[in-house]
Amino acid sequence: MFSRISGTGHYLPCQRLTNQDLEQRVDTSDQWIMERTGIRERRIAASDENVVSMAVQSGQAALQAAKLNAQDLDMIIVATTSADKAFPSAACEVQAQLGATKAAAFDVAAACAGFIFAMSVADQYIKTGMAKHILVIGADVLSRLCNPDDRNTIVLFGDGAGAAVLSRAAQPGILSTHIYCDGEYAALLGADLPTRNPDPITEQAWLYMKGNEVFKVAVQKLSELVQDTLEKHNLTADSLDWLVPHQANYRIIQATARKLKMPIEQVVLTLEYTGNTSAASVPIALDVAIRDGRIQRGHRLLLEAFGGGFAWGSALIEY
Amino acid sequence: MSTIEERVKKIIIEQLGVKEEEVKLEASFENDLGADSLDTVELVMALEEEFETEIPDEEAEKIRTVQAAIDYVTNHSAD
Repeated sequence: MFSRISGTGHYLPCQRLTNQDLEQRVDTSDQWIMERTGIRERRIAASDENVVSMAVQSGQAALQAAKLNAQDLDMIIVATTSADKAFPSAACEVQAQLGATKAAAFDVAAACAGFIFAMSVADQYIKTGMAKHILVIGADVLSRLCNPDDRNTIVLFGDGAGAAVLSRAAQPGILSTHIYCDGEYAALLGADLPTRNPDPITEQAWLYMKGNEVFKVAVQKLSELVQDTLEKHNLTADSLDWLVPHQANYRIIQATARKLKMPIEQVVLTLEYTGNTSAASVPIALDVAIRDGRIQRGHRLLLEAFGGGFAWGSALIEY
Repeated sequence: MSTIEERVKKIIIEQLGVKEEEVKLEASFENDLGADSLDTVELVMALEEEFETEIPDEEAEKIRTVQAAIDYVTNHSAD
């Protein structure tokens, strides 16, 4: 028994924040941002949007693509680290808004790698026969966690949501998922929660990132990860049709592709127009490339992501 | 077997996409060879791989010129 992707969807807010807009706000330039990140603009959630509203939109699109109803779902997993509430989980609110009354629902927190972690959990439930259809969503509004005066972080992050329905199938599907963590690196990338007592803190709660150090570990770990994933299946990169990477930084993606000796034409890139949408980035890229016809049924895909924790993971998929 | 200097220069040429004649000993990666902060991180990683050594971040920050890279490797290489 295997799980396969039966449908995908994504949602991006309509507000655009361009590099030119950022030049007006902080000391930066379009050239500086493009050279170091490859990002031209990001989408920013409107004041009445949040993780749940975007997750619902992407989930509905994925259900429609899978030709399933919300009632068919056994489980909803939302990968997020920027929901409005401590509880209930974003997934419970999504369950209610979709009307997926038969689905158990919970959140998974693995920052930018969240969608791969959630997909890995869903894959186990389906492979063991415990569930038939699972909606996996990655949704984040990290633009709200960034200090508006911090030019190092506000240029990177955008908001959005992406979703995939995994369904039971006789043939793969998902060949394997691989997830890893190293909590020793927590100080390099994160965002604290504001506290209520005894003293409210707000300033310290902004997202922090030691960019160069994160870059170095990300490149190292992702290079090992993609090679290990292929080796476990006795495959080489030339048997892949598409690399669908987390869209954090063009330079990290380029270094990973170079390690695989994979032409950049076979890498799905959306970050130029989305920025880093955290847990949403892999499913957004996946859905974009499926809907524009690049990714076809039967194609072999390697998904990978790396984020705060550090937490990182991959999924090898026959679409 | 190439000398350390030749191997270091080859890595700099590959990583930074510069011409051999530009890689003078006194050349600074950022000021003369057009490297940005991420390029220098990647350059240090390439040196680590080539010479099978770990360069601590505080040492890596001091490697700003071609000569500094050659000196570091010469003093820390098992070769």
